[in-house]
Amino acid sequence: MVCNKLLSPVINHYFWRLKLHTLKTILNGTQVAITVDRLCHQLIENHLDFSQTVLIGLQPRGIFLADRIYRTLKKLLPGVHINYGRLDITFYRDDFNKGTQLHVPNETAIDFSIENKKVVLMDDVLYTGRTTRSALDAMLDFGRPSAVELLVLIDRRFTRQLPIQADYTGRTIDAIISEKVKVLWKERDGKDEVIIE
Amino acid sequence: MSLSVNHLLGIRNLKRQDIELIFQTADTFKGVLQRPIKKVPTLRDTTIVNLFFENSTRTRISFELAEKRLGADVVNFSASGSSVSKGETLIDTVNNILSMKVDMVVMRHSASGAPHFLSKHIQVPIVNAGDGINEHPTQALLDAFSIRERLGSVEGKKVAICGDIMHSRVALSNIYCLRELGAEVTVVGPPTLIPKHMAEALGVNVSYNIREALEWCDVANVLRIQLERQNTPLFSSLREYSLAYGVNRALLDSLKKDIVIMHPGPINRGVELSSDVADSGHSIILNQVENGVAIRMAVLYLLAGKKPEQVG
Repeated sequence: MVCNKLLSPVINHYFWRLKLHTLKTILNGTQVAITVDRLCHQLIENHLDFSQTVLIGLQPRGIFLADRIYRTLKKLLPGVHINYGRLDITFYRDDFNKGTQLHVPNETAIDFSIENKKVVLMDDVLYTGRTTRSALDAMLDFGRPSAVELLVLIDRRFTRQLPIQADYTGRTIDAIISEKVKVLWKERDGKDEVIIE
Repeated sequence: MSLSVNHLLGIRNLKRQDIELIFQTADTFKGVLQRPIKKVPTLRDTTIVNLFFENSTRTRISFELAEKRLGADVVNFSASGSSVSKGETLIDTVNNILSMKVDMVVMRHSASGAPHFLSKHIQVPIVNAGDGINEHPTQALLDAFSIRERLGSVEGKKVAICGDIMHSRVALSNIYCLRELGAEVTVVGPPTLIPKHMAEALGVNVSYNIREALEWCDVANVLRIQLERQNTPLFSSLREYSLAYGVNRALLDSLKKDIVIMHPGPINRGVELSSDVADSGHSIILNQVENGVAIRMAVLYLLAGKKPEQVG
Protein backbone atom coordinates (compact mmCIF):
# COMPACT_ATOMS: atom_id res chain seq x y z
CA MET A 1 0.00 0.00 0.00
CA VAL A 2 2.76 2.42 1.05
CA CYS A 3 4.77 1.33 -1.91
CA ASN A 4 1.85 1.97 -4.19
CA LYS A 5 1.36 5.48 -2.78
CA LEU A 6 5.03 6.27 -3.29
CA LEU A 7 5.05 4.93 -6.80
CA SER A 8 1.77 6.34 -8.04
CA PRO A 9 3.14 9.77 -9.10
CA VAL A 10 5.91 8.00 -10.99
CA ILE A 11 3.46 5.65 -12.68
CA ASN A 12 1.16 8.54 -13.41
CA HIS A 13 4.02 10.51 -14.95
CA TYR A 14 4.99 7.68 -17.29
CA PHE A 15 1.36 6.95 -18.08
CA TRP A 16 0.90 10.51 -19.30
CA ARG A 17 4.17 10.55 -21.18
CA LEU A 18 3.15 7.37 -22.93
CA LYS A 19 -0.22 8.78 -23.70
CA LEU A 20 1.25 12.00 -25.09
CA HIS A 21 3.64 10.08 -27.28
CA THR A 22 1.05 7.76 -28.70
CA LEU A 23 0.64 8.15 -32.44
CA LYS A 24 -2.90 8.61 -33.58
CA THR A 25 -3.79 7.64 -37.09
CA ILE A 26 -6.05 10.13 -38.83
CA LEU A 27 -6.11 8.50 -42.24
CA ASN A 28 -4.88 5.01 -43.07
CA GLY A 29 -3.76 3.80 -46.49
CA THR A 30 -7.25 3.01 -47.80
CA GLN A 31 -8.65 6.30 -46.51
CA VAL A 32 -5.85 8.27 -48.17
CA ALA A 33 -6.67 6.58 -51.48
CA ILE A 34 -10.39 7.31 -51.11
CA THR A 35 -9.70 10.93 -50.17
CA VAL A 36 -7.34 11.47 -53.13
CA ASP A 37 -10.01 9.97 -55.42
CA ARG A 38 -12.65 12.27 -54.00
CA LEU A 39 -10.43 15.35 -54.39
CA CYS A 40 -9.81 14.39 -58.03
CA HIS A 41 -13.53 14.11 -58.70
CA GLN A 42 -14.10 17.51 -57.10
CA LEU A 43 -11.39 18.97 -59.35
CA ILE A 44 -13.00 17.44 -62.44
CA GLU A 45 -16.39 18.77 -61.33
CA ASN A 46 -15.00 22.33 -61.30
CA HIS A 47 -12.46 22.21 -64.12
CA LEU A 48 -13.96 19.69 -66.59
CA ASP A 49 -11.32 19.15 -69.30
CA PHE A 50 -8.43 21.07 -67.64
CA SER A 51 -7.78 23.08 -70.81
CA GLN A 52 -7.72 26.34 -68.83
CA THR A 53 -6.35 24.86 -65.61
CA VAL A 54 -2.83 24.12 -64.41
CA LEU A 55 -1.84 22.07 -61.38
CA ILE A 56 1.10 23.16 -59.24
CA GLY A 57 2.52 21.09 -56.38
CA LEU A 58 4.49 22.83 -53.65
CA GLN A 59 8.02 21.63 -52.89
CA PRO A 60 9.09 19.69 -51.00
CA ARG A 61 6.26 17.82 -49.27
CA GLY A 62 3.28 18.74 -51.40
CA ILE A 63 4.83 17.00 -54.38
CA PHE A 64 3.82 13.50 -53.22
CA LEU A 65 0.16 14.51 -53.00
CA ALA A 66 0.35 16.46 -56.26
CA ASP A 67 1.97 13.50 -58.08
CA ARG A 68 -0.77 11.22 -56.78
CA ILE A 69 -3.54 13.60 -57.83
CA TYR A 70 -1.98 14.09 -61.27
CA ARG A 71 -1.69 10.33 -61.82
CA THR A 72 -5.26 9.69 -60.67
CA LEU A 73 -6.60 12.47 -62.92
CA LYS A 74 -4.73 10.98 -65.88
CA LYS A 75 -6.43 7.65 -65.14
CA LEU A 76 -9.87 9.23 -64.77
CA LEU A 77 -9.49 11.38 -67.91
CA PRO A 78 -7.54 9.29 -70.42
CA GLY A 79 -6.18 11.25 -73.35
CA VAL A 80 -6.62 14.63 -71.70
CA HIS A 81 -3.52 16.83 -71.43
CA ILE A 82 -3.05 18.32 -67.98
CA ASN A 83 -0.34 20.89 -67.23
CA TYR A 84 1.42 19.95 -64.02
CA GLY A 85 4.37 21.78 -62.44
CA ARG A 86 6.32 22.00 -59.22
CA LEU A 87 7.02 25.20 -57.33
CA ASP A 88 9.71 25.81 -54.73
CA ILE A 89 9.02 28.63 -52.28
CA THR A 90 12.34 28.73 -50.40
CA PHE A 91 13.38 32.18 -51.66
CA TYR A 92 9.96 33.67 -50.89
CA ARG A 93 9.73 32.59 -47.24
CA ASP A 94 9.06 35.33 -44.70
CA ASP A 95 11.29 33.79 -42.03
CA PHE A 96 14.64 34.21 -43.83
CA ASN A 97 17.26 35.35 -41.31
CA LYS A 98 14.65 35.36 -38.50
CA GLY A 99 16.46 32.77 -36.41
CA THR A 100 15.15 29.72 -38.25
CA GLN A 101 17.30 27.11 -39.91
CA LEU A 102 18.34 27.93 -43.48
CA HIS A 103 16.33 25.99 -46.02
CA VAL A 104 17.96 24.25 -48.96
CA PRO A 105 16.01 25.04 -52.11
CA ASN A 106 14.37 22.42 -54.32
CA GLU A 107 13.70 22.33 -58.02
CA THR A 108 11.03 24.53 -59.59
CA ALA A 109 9.66 23.07 -62.82
CA ILE A 110 6.93 25.11 -64.50
CA ASP A 111 7.47 24.76 -68.25
CA PHE A 112 4.14 26.23 -69.34
CA SER A 113 2.48 29.61 -69.08
CA ILE A 114 0.14 30.31 -66.19
CA GLU A 115 -1.02 33.60 -67.74
CA ASN A 116 -4.83 33.78 -67.55
CA LYS A 117 -5.08 30.15 -66.41
CA LYS A 118 -6.79 28.78 -63.33
CA VAL A 119 -4.06 27.60 -60.99
CA VAL A 120 -4.64 24.88 -58.40
CA LEU A 121 -1.91 24.96 -55.73
CA MET A 122 -1.48 21.66 -53.89
CA ASP A 123 0.14 20.99 -50.53
CA ASP A 124 -0.11 18.25 -47.93
CA VAL A 125 -0.93 20.27 -44.78
CA LEU A 126 -2.43 23.75 -44.40
CA TYR A 127 -1.30 25.05 -41.01
CA THR A 128 -0.24 28.69 -40.43
CA GLY A 129 -0.94 29.69 -44.04
CA ARG A 130 2.55 31.17 -44.44
CA THR A 131 3.71 28.59 -46.98
CA THR A 132 0.65 29.33 -49.10
CA ARG A 133 1.36 33.05 -48.89
CA SER A 134 4.95 32.45 -50.07
CA ALA A 135 3.63 30.21 -52.83
CA LEU A 136 1.29 32.95 -54.07
CA ASP A 137 4.26 35.33 -54.25
CA ALA A 138 6.46 32.79 -56.00
CA MET A 139 3.71 31.87 -58.46
CA LEU A 140 3.05 35.49 -59.47
CA ASP A 141 6.64 35.70 -60.77
CA PHE A 142 5.57 33.29 -63.51
CA GLY A 143 2.60 35.33 -64.70
CA ARG A 144 -0.88 36.50 -63.77
CA PRO A 145 -3.36 33.64 -63.43
CA SER A 146 -7.08 34.29 -63.85
CA ALA A 147 -7.82 32.55 -60.53
CA VAL A 148 -5.96 30.57 -57.88
CA GLU A 149 -7.34 27.72 -55.80
CA LEU A 150 -5.81 25.78 -52.95
CA LEU A 151 -6.06 22.03 -52.45
CA VAL A 152 -4.76 20.39 -49.26
CA LEU A 153 -4.91 16.90 -47.84
CA ILE A 154 -5.07 18.06 -44.22
CA ASP A 155 -6.45 21.36 -42.96
CA ARG A 156 -5.41 22.17 -39.38
CA ARG A 157 -7.98 24.57 -38.02
CA PHE A 158 -7.39 27.16 -35.25
CA THR A 159 -3.70 27.74 -36.04
CA ARG A 160 -3.95 30.02 -39.05
CA GLN A 161 -1.81 33.17 -38.92
CA LEU A 162 -2.99 34.61 -42.22
CA PRO A 163 -6.43 34.89 -43.87
CA ILE A 164 -5.99 31.86 -46.13
CA GLN A 165 -8.46 29.00 -46.66
CA ALA A 166 -8.45 25.87 -48.79
CA ASP A 167 -10.91 25.30 -51.64
CA TYR A 168 -10.51 21.52 -51.58
CA THR A 169 -9.81 19.73 -48.30
CA GLY A 170 -9.08 16.06 -47.69
CA ARG A 171 -9.74 16.10 -43.96
CA THR A 172 -10.14 18.93 -41.46
CA ILE A 173 -8.59 18.28 -38.06
CA ASP A 174 -8.20 20.09 -34.75
CA ALA A 175 -4.72 19.77 -33.30
CA ILE A 176 -3.01 21.80 -30.59
CA ILE A 177 0.22 23.62 -31.41
CA SER A 178 2.46 21.12 -29.60
CA GLU A 179 1.13 18.28 -31.72
CA LYS A 180 2.67 17.37 -35.04
CA VAL A 181 0.75 16.20 -38.07
CA LYS A 182 2.78 13.92 -40.28
CA VAL A 183 1.81 12.78 -43.75
CA LEU A 184 3.57 9.59 -44.84
CA TRP A 185 3.75 8.52 -48.48
CA LYS A 186 4.39 5.08 -49.93
CA GLU A 187 7.03 6.47 -52.31
CA ARG A 188 9.13 7.87 -49.49
CA ASP A 189 8.08 6.27 -46.20
CA GLY A 190 6.82 2.84 -47.33
CA LYS A 191 3.13 3.39 -46.54
CA ASP A 192 0.36 5.95 -46.97
CA GLU A 193 -0.79 7.30 -43.61
CA VAL A 194 -1.59 10.54 -41.82
CA ILE A 195 -0.67 10.56 -38.14
CA ILE A 196 -0.76 13.01 -35.28
CA GLU A 197 1.84 12.83 -32.52
CA MET B 1 21.99 22.78 -43.76
CA SER B 2 24.32 25.73 -43.69
CA LEU B 3 27.91 26.65 -44.49
CA SER B 4 30.63 25.81 -41.98
CA VAL B 5 32.11 29.32 -42.34
CA ASN B 6 30.82 32.81 -41.55
CA HIS B 7 32.81 34.56 -44.28
CA LEU B 8 33.88 33.40 -47.72
CA LEU B 9 37.55 34.35 -47.45
CA GLY B 10 38.96 31.56 -49.53
CA ILE B 11 38.33 28.05 -50.78
CA ARG B 12 41.07 26.88 -48.40
CA ASN B 13 38.61 27.22 -45.48
CA LEU B 14 35.77 25.35 -47.19
CA LYS B 15 34.89 21.70 -46.80
CA ARG B 16 33.64 19.54 -49.64
CA GLN B 17 30.06 19.63 -48.31
CA ASP B 18 30.18 23.46 -48.30
CA ILE B 19 31.12 23.50 -51.97
CA GLU B 20 28.42 20.97 -52.78
CA LEU B 21 25.83 22.99 -50.86
CA ILE B 22 26.82 26.11 -52.82
CA PHE B 23 26.48 24.17 -56.11
CA GLN B 24 23.10 22.75 -55.12
CA THR B 25 21.83 26.22 -54.23
CA ALA B 26 23.32 27.71 -57.41
CA ASP B 27 21.44 25.12 -59.49
CA THR B 28 18.13 26.55 -58.30
CA PHE B 29 19.30 30.14 -58.75
CA LYS B 30 20.25 29.25 -62.30
CA GLY B 31 16.62 28.22 -62.74
CA VAL B 32 15.50 31.58 -61.32
CA LEU B 33 17.72 33.39 -63.87
CA GLN B 34 15.93 31.64 -66.75
CA ARG B 35 12.51 32.95 -65.69
CA PRO B 36 10.69 35.94 -67.12
CA ILE B 37 11.08 37.64 -63.72
CA LYS B 38 14.70 36.97 -62.77
CA LYS B 39 14.38 38.17 -59.23
CA VAL B 40 13.50 36.79 -55.81
CA PRO B 41 12.77 38.85 -52.69
CA THR B 42 14.92 36.82 -50.27
CA LEU B 43 17.43 39.52 -49.25
CA ARG B 44 15.01 42.45 -49.39
CA ASP B 45 16.00 43.56 -45.88
CA THR B 46 19.74 43.24 -46.51
CA THR B 47 22.13 45.97 -47.63
CA ILE B 48 25.38 44.91 -49.26
CA VAL B 49 28.40 47.10 -49.99
CA ASN B 50 30.76 46.24 -52.82
CA LEU B 51 34.20 47.52 -51.82
CA PHE B 52 36.46 47.46 -54.85
CA PHE B 53 39.95 48.70 -54.04
CA GLU B 54 41.12 47.23 -57.35
CA ASN B 55 39.76 47.35 -60.90
CA SER B 56 37.14 44.85 -62.00
CA THR B 57 34.50 44.46 -64.70
CA ARG B 58 33.07 40.96 -64.64
CA THR B 59 33.28 40.25 -60.93
CA ARG B 60 31.83 43.59 -59.96
CA ILE B 61 28.91 43.48 -62.38
CA SER B 62 28.33 39.83 -61.54
CA PHE B 63 28.19 40.54 -57.80
CA GLU B 64 25.98 43.56 -58.30
CA LEU B 65 23.56 41.59 -60.48
CA ALA B 66 23.54 38.69 -58.00
CA GLU B 67 22.73 41.10 -55.16
CA LYS B 68 19.98 42.82 -57.12
CA ARG B 69 18.48 39.53 -58.28
CA LEU B 70 18.24 38.53 -54.62
CA GLY B 71 16.40 41.74 -53.83
CA ALA B 72 19.19 43.29 -51.73
CA ASP B 73 20.04 46.99 -51.60
CA VAL B 74 23.45 47.60 -53.14
CA VAL B 75 26.05 50.27 -52.44
CA ASN B 76 29.11 50.50 -54.66
CA PHE B 77 32.46 51.80 -53.62
CA SER B 78 35.65 52.15 -55.60
CA ALA B 79 38.92 53.31 -54.13
CA SER B 80 39.61 55.87 -56.81
CA GLY B 81 37.70 59.04 -56.02
CA SER B 82 37.17 58.06 -52.35
CA SER B 83 38.77 59.17 -49.10
CA VAL B 84 41.21 56.27 -49.41
CA SER B 85 43.31 58.61 -51.55
CA LYS B 86 43.27 61.07 -48.63
CA GLY B 87 44.95 58.47 -46.43
CA GLU B 88 42.07 56.82 -44.59
CA THR B 89 42.87 53.34 -43.27
CA LEU B 90 41.02 50.22 -44.41
CA ILE B 91 39.38 49.63 -41.02
CA ASP B 92 38.26 53.24 -40.75
CA THR B 93 36.79 53.21 -44.23
CA VAL B 94 34.90 49.99 -43.61
CA ASN B 95 33.70 50.92 -40.13
CA ASN B 96 32.36 54.22 -41.44
CA ILE B 97 30.42 52.39 -44.11
CA LEU B 98 29.16 49.78 -41.64
CA SER B 99 27.91 52.43 -39.23
CA MET B 100 25.43 53.33 -41.95
CA LYS B 101 23.85 49.92 -41.26
CA VAL B 102 25.28 47.72 -43.97
CA ASP B 103 24.76 43.96 -43.51
CA MET B 104 27.39 42.39 -45.77
CA VAL B 105 30.67 43.28 -47.42
CA VAL B 106 31.97 42.12 -50.78
CA MET B 107 35.59 43.10 -51.12
CA ARG B 108 38.40 43.14 -53.65
CA HIS B 109 41.82 44.37 -52.62
CA SER B 110 45.28 44.33 -54.13
CA ALA B 111 46.84 43.23 -50.81
CA SER B 112 46.75 39.50 -50.13
CA GLY B 113 44.98 38.79 -46.85
CA ALA B 114 43.11 42.11 -46.66
CA PRO B 115 39.67 40.48 -46.19
CA HIS B 116 41.11 38.03 -43.64
CA PHE B 117 42.46 40.97 -41.66
CA LEU B 118 39.15 42.80 -41.91
CA SER B 119 37.17 39.74 -40.79
CA LYS B 120 38.91 39.94 -37.40
CA HIS B 121 37.67 43.49 -36.88
CA ILE B 122 34.13 43.64 -38.19
CA GLN B 123 30.98 41.72 -37.33
CA VAL B 124 29.31 41.26 -40.71
CA PRO B 125 29.90 38.51 -43.30
CA ILE B 126 32.67 39.23 -45.82
CA VAL B 127 32.89 37.78 -49.31
CA ASN B 128 36.34 37.89 -50.85
CA ALA B 129 36.12 39.02 -54.47
CA GLY B 130 39.87 38.62 -54.97
CA ASP B 131 42.76 39.57 -52.69
CA GLY B 132 46.14 40.22 -54.30
CA ILE B 133 47.78 37.00 -55.42
CA ASN B 134 46.05 34.92 -52.75
CA GLU B 135 42.51 33.75 -53.55
CA HIS B 136 39.47 34.48 -55.69
CA PRO B 137 36.99 31.99 -54.25
CA THR B 138 33.84 32.80 -56.24
CA GLN B 139 35.79 32.47 -59.50
CA ALA B 140 37.00 28.99 -58.51
CA LEU B 141 33.48 27.99 -57.51
CA LEU B 142 32.01 29.12 -60.82
CA ASP B 143 34.84 27.42 -62.72
CA ALA B 144 34.21 24.09 -60.98
CA PHE B 145 30.44 24.61 -61.36
CA SER B 146 30.92 25.13 -65.12
CA ILE B 147 33.05 21.97 -65.39
CA ARG B 148 30.37 20.03 -63.49
CA GLU B 149 27.72 21.42 -65.83
CA ARG B 150 29.67 20.56 -69.00
CA LEU B 151 31.14 17.18 -68.00
CA GLY B 152 28.61 15.95 -65.44
CA SER B 153 30.97 15.98 -62.46
CA VAL B 154 34.32 17.28 -61.26
CA GLU B 155 35.45 14.11 -59.47
CA GLY B 156 38.16 12.27 -61.40
CA LYS B 157 38.44 14.90 -64.13
CA LYS B 158 41.83 16.14 -65.31
CA VAL B 159 42.26 19.89 -65.33
CA ALA B 160 45.26 21.80 -66.67
CA ILE B 161 45.73 25.33 -65.36
CA CYS B 162 47.90 27.15 -67.88
CA GLY B 163 49.92 30.35 -67.77
CA ASP B 164 50.84 32.80 -65.04
CA ILE B 165 50.40 30.55 -62.00
CA MET B 166 52.61 32.64 -59.73
CA HIS B 167 50.55 35.83 -59.86
CA SER B 168 47.14 34.22 -60.18
CA ARG B 169 44.65 34.12 -57.31
CA VAL B 170 42.35 32.26 -59.70
CA ALA B 171 44.91 29.46 -59.99
CA LEU B 172 45.30 29.02 -56.23
CA SER B 173 41.56 29.03 -55.53
CA ASN B 174 40.97 26.68 -58.46
CA ILE B 175 43.59 24.25 -57.17
CA TYR B 176 42.01 24.15 -53.68
CA CYS B 177 38.51 23.78 -55.11
CA LEU B 178 39.28 21.13 -57.72
CA ARG B 179 41.44 19.08 -55.33
CA GLU B 180 38.68 19.20 -52.68
CA LEU B 181 36.19 17.92 -55.26
CA GLY B 182 38.48 15.07 -56.31
CA ALA B 183 39.87 16.31 -59.63
CA GLU B 184 43.46 15.91 -60.80
CA VAL B 185 45.26 19.18 -61.48
CA THR B 186 48.34 19.99 -63.55
CA VAL B 187 49.78 23.49 -63.61
CA VAL B 188 51.63 24.39 -66.78
CA GLY B 189 53.63 27.46 -67.74
CA PRO B 190 57.15 28.80 -68.03
CA PRO B 191 59.35 27.83 -65.04
CA THR B 192 59.65 31.49 -64.05
CA LEU B 193 55.85 31.74 -63.60
CA ILE B 194 55.39 28.58 -61.51
CA PRO B 195 56.39 28.84 -57.84
CA LYS B 196 58.85 26.27 -56.49
CA HIS B 197 57.55 23.40 -54.33
CA MET B 198 54.08 23.80 -55.83
CA ALA B 199 53.71 20.04 -56.40
CA GLU B 200 54.50 19.05 -52.80
CA ALA B 201 52.57 21.91 -51.19
CA LEU B 202 49.32 21.63 -53.13
CA GLY B 203 49.26 18.09 -54.51
CA VAL B 204 49.33 19.12 -58.18
CA ASN B 205 51.43 18.00 -61.14
CA VAL B 206 53.80 20.53 -62.69
CA SER B 207 54.55 20.67 -66.40
CA TYR B 208 56.51 23.11 -68.53
CA ASN B 209 55.16 21.80 -71.83
CA ILE B 210 51.75 23.03 -72.91
CA ARG B 211 51.23 20.32 -75.56
CA GLU B 212 51.84 17.50 -73.06
CA ALA B 213 49.48 19.10 -70.56
CA LEU B 214 46.70 19.59 -73.09
CA GLU B 215 47.13 16.03 -74.34
CA TRP B 216 46.65 14.84 -70.74
CA CYS B 217 43.71 16.99 -69.63
CA ASP B 218 39.92 17.05 -70.08
CA VAL B 219 39.69 20.76 -69.31
CA ALA B 220 42.22 23.56 -69.83
CA ASN B 221 41.78 26.70 -67.76
CA VAL B 222 43.94 29.31 -69.49
CA LEU B 223 44.99 32.26 -67.33
CA ARG B 224 45.86 35.81 -68.20
CA ILE B 225 49.44 37.04 -68.02
CA GLN B 226 49.27 39.55 -65.18
CA LEU B 227 51.80 42.13 -66.32
CA GLU B 228 50.59 44.56 -63.65
CA ARG B 229 51.81 42.25 -60.89
CA GLN B 230 55.20 41.46 -62.45
CA ASN B 231 57.87 43.77 -61.10
CA THR B 232 60.73 42.14 -62.96
CA PRO B 233 60.55 40.63 -66.44
CA LEU B 234 59.83 36.89 -66.14
CA PHE B 235 59.83 36.10 -69.87
CA SER B 236 61.42 37.84 -72.81
CA SER B 237 58.34 39.09 -74.67
CA LEU B 238 54.60 38.54 -74.99
CA ARG B 239 55.19 37.30 -78.54
CA GLU B 240 57.63 34.67 -77.36
CA TYR B 241 55.28 33.64 -74.54
CA SER B 242 52.46 33.28 -77.04
CA LEU B 243 54.61 31.11 -79.32
CA ALA B 244 55.61 28.77 -76.50
CA TYR B 245 52.49 28.72 -74.29
CA GLY B 246 49.65 30.28 -76.28
CA VAL B 247 46.65 28.04 -76.99
CA ASN B 248 45.61 28.27 -80.64
CA ARG B 249 43.48 26.40 -83.15
CA ALA B 250 46.40 24.51 -84.71
CA LEU B 251 47.48 23.22 -81.30
CA LEU B 252 43.94 22.11 -80.39
CA ASP B 253 43.42 20.41 -83.77
CA SER B 254 46.64 18.45 -83.39
CA LEU B 255 45.44 16.88 -80.10
CA LYS B 256 44.02 13.37 -80.19
CA LYS B 257 40.84 14.41 -78.32
CA ASP B 258 38.48 17.33 -77.71
CA ILE B 259 39.10 19.35 -74.59
CA VAL B 260 37.10 22.09 -72.89
CA ILE B 261 38.66 25.56 -72.84
CA MET B 262 38.07 27.97 -69.97
CA HIS B 263 39.36 31.45 -69.19
CA PRO B 264 38.53 33.61 -66.15
CA GLY B 265 38.75 36.84 -68.22
CA PRO B 266 39.80 39.38 -69.22
CA ILE B 267 41.33 37.65 -72.25
CA ASN B 268 44.46 39.01 -73.89
CA ARG B 269 43.50 37.80 -77.34
CA GLY B 270 46.46 36.52 -79.29
CA VAL B 271 48.64 36.16 -76.17
CA GLU B 272 47.47 33.26 -74.01
CA LEU B 273 44.46 32.37 -76.15
CA SER B 274 43.82 32.98 -79.84
CA SER B 275 40.47 34.35 -81.00
CA ASP B 276 39.52 31.28 -83.02
CA VAL B 277 39.79 29.18 -79.83
CA ALA B 278 38.13 31.69 -77.49
CA ASP B 279 35.08 31.91 -79.77
CA SER B 280 34.91 28.20 -80.67
CA GLY B 281 32.57 25.46 -79.48
CA HIS B 282 35.33 24.15 -77.19
CA SER B 283 35.18 27.31 -75.15
CA ILE B 284 32.78 27.67 -72.20
CA ILE B 285 34.02 31.15 -71.32
CA LEU B 286 30.61 32.81 -71.61
CA ASN B 287 28.95 29.95 -69.69
CA GLN B 288 31.44 30.69 -66.90
CA VAL B 289 30.31 34.31 -66.81
CA GLU B 290 26.64 33.26 -66.82
CA ASN B 291 27.19 30.77 -64.01
CA GLY B 292 29.04 33.44 -62.03
CA VAL B 293 25.81 35.23 -61.17
CA ALA B 294 24.12 32.03 -59.94
CA ILE B 295 27.18 31.04 -57.87
CA ARG B 296 27.41 34.48 -56.28
CA MET B 297 23.70 34.47 -55.51
CA ALA B 298 24.17 31.12 -53.77
CA VAL B 299 27.14 32.37 -51.73
CA LEU B 300 25.34 35.57 -50.66
CA TYR B 301 22.15 33.65 -49.83
CA LEU B 302 23.96 31.05 -47.73
CA LEU B 303 26.08 33.61 -45.84
CA ALA B 304 23.20 36.02 -45.22
CA GLY B 305 21.02 33.16 -44.01
CA LYS B 306 23.34 32.16 -41.20
CA LYS B 307 21.74 32.75 -37.83
CA PRO B 308 22.78 36.13 -36.39
CA GLU B 309 24.47 34.60 -33.33
CA GLN B 310 26.63 32.42 -35.57
CA VAL B 311 28.21 35.40 -37.25
CA GLY B 312 31.20 36.89 -35.56
